[in-house]
Parts: sequence; C-alpha cells; structure tokens
Amino acid sequence: MKNFSFLIVGILTGIVLTKSEVISWFRIQEMFRFESIHMYGVIGTAVVLGAAIIFLMKYFKIKTWSGTTVSYTPIPLSWKRHLLAGSIFGLGWGLAGACPGPMYALLGNGYWLFLLIIASAVFGTFVYGLIRDKLPH
Amino acid sequence: MTDSLLFIEWIRQPWHWAAGGAGIAAVVFLMTWMGRSFGISTSFKDICSLAGADKVNDFFKMDLKEEMWRLLFVLGIIIGSYMTSQWLRSPEPVAISQSTIDYLAGKGIAYPEADANDMGFFPTSFFNFSNLKGILLAIVGGFLVGFGSRYGGGCTSGHAITGLSHLQLPSLLTVVGFFIGGLIMVHFILPFLF
Repeated sequence: MKNFSFLIVGILTGIVLTKSEVISWFRIQEMFRFESIHMYGVIGTAVVLGAAIIFLMKYFKIKTWSGTTVSYTPIPLSWKRHLLAGSIFGLGWGLAGACPGPMYALLGNGYWLFLLIIASAVFGTFVYGLIRDKLPH
Repeated sequence: MTDSLLFIEWIRQPWHWAAGGAGIAAVVFLMTWMGRSFGISTSFKDICSLAGADKVNDFFKMDLKEEMWRLLFVLGIIIGSYMTSQWLRSPEPVAISQSTIDYLAGKGIAYPEADANDMGFFPTSFFNFSNLKGILLAIVGGFLVGFGSRYGGGCTSGHAITGLSHLQLPSLLTVVGFFIGGLIMVHFILPFLF
C-alpha cells in the first residue's frame, strides 16, 4: 500500500509541474535566453525552500517512513563527468524543451509526440549502459 | 458558488513562480518524509530493465520491486497532468515574455498559435508526426536527455532540486553543465535548425 501513496504524490507532482509552467518548451527557450525570471524563480524558490526543509528535517531528526533519519548518499566528485554529462543533458533539454518529469507531464497533457521522446530517452539510457565503461567518470 | 468551486477557480489561475517553487518544495518534503528521494530519470533505467535490458548488460540488473514506487510516481505524474489539462487548465496560454515571442516569430514559430492545444506548452507546428525534421530533432533531444541524465547520475529533479537542497557540489557542477549545454543549443544550434 505504501507504493500507492507515491501514485498520489505523483498526481500532485503532475498538477504542480503543469501549473508552474516548467513543462513549457517556450518557458525553457525563454530561460536560456534570459528573457524572464519565471524559470529561475520557480527553481530558485524550490531549492531555497527544499534546502530549508531538508536542514530542518535533519536538525530535528525527523523519522522517515523507512524508520531512518534523512540522509544523502553523495556521488563521488568528478569535475569531468559532471560537466560533460550535464552538458549532454543540457543540449537535449534546450532542444526538446523538456527534462524527464515534464516529458511525462506533457504526455499527460495530450502531447503524443512525447511517447516517442520518452522512448528515445529510454534508448539513450540503454546506450549509456552499454558504453559507460568507455566514458570518463 | 460553493467554497470548493471557488478553490478550483483559484487553482486554475496561472501560478506565480513562487507558488510553483513552493509546490515543488512540497513534493521534495513528501518524498523525503516517505523515505525516498525526488528523482525521475531513473524511471528510464527501470523501463530498460523491464524491457529486458538486464539480460544484455549488468548495469540494468536491479531489484524492480524496489523501484515500483518510482514507476507509480511517474504514472501519477501522467495522471495528474491529464487531470490538470481537463479541470485545472489556465484560461490563457502561458504568458511568455514579448522578447521571446518576437524572437520565435522571426524563426517562423508564431506564439501562441504554434501550440495546437493552445496551452503554450509545446510547438506542435514544428514538432509533430508529419514533420520529419521535427520528429528527428525530437528523437535526438530525447536521446541526449536520457543519455546525459544517466551519465550524470540524475536530471533536474535529482540534481537541480534534490542534490542542491542537500548542498551537493557534484549536483551544482551538473547543473552548471545543464546550462552550458542548454545555452549552446538555444543560442548556437537551434536557431539554424528550424
């Protein structure tokens, strides 16, 4: 039953992603052209509030459903990997105008081309799995 | 009008960016409290594994029972978005800035007419199943997002939102990368592709 709670949180997330307009290809163009505060405002507010929430949850040792306190498993620092991988992602983000969450949200909003775009993202993930040993990490 | 109808009317209005950010932070809180972290791109890996990629490559060998929550979460995103398009749709298409509208007009993308659904979400006049160029670019865009997010260990939700909320340097560097790639695409590549 716990798993189904995530369906509910997913529904809430779909509403938030759509109403906050972060799923708009046009908003992404506008963001990378620095022509509006909108996307920076959404992401900035989310990060500032998110950081405050995480800090308070750690400070007050809030127990999660797993019975543990809030922790984070860091990934090893690798400048090359983060900048390279991030840039590849960014090229796709600027082109398709949607990152993974919004891809699902746009599909839900009736943009059927996202069936193909999501399939392509799954294929990209598959190709990464095949050649990951050859990439700098 | 009853209170609940008034509430729906209120939610339907276009949201201020601060409300959108607060909504995302609320999701971060719920997911963290529920013992998981807000990360969406891993669902692509789950789908690979479901489709049998685990038999081809060990990278995709995973305990899918441990991933059920994530698949239900993305299913929820699709359902919630559908519900929004049906019942909470904004009265007007997304109000993007006039300078972006002017720039896109010069590239042959009229706003908001370019979105056949009239929501201001996606230029269906260019990206549609009858425009081969649009289809190919959509495939390339999807591929880069899928490849880059797995290579980097996360996407906007995992790095820009969750990772930064945990004050992680690797996430900050990845987000810098998101912008390097996005700026190159939007300023130096995409203008020549339309």
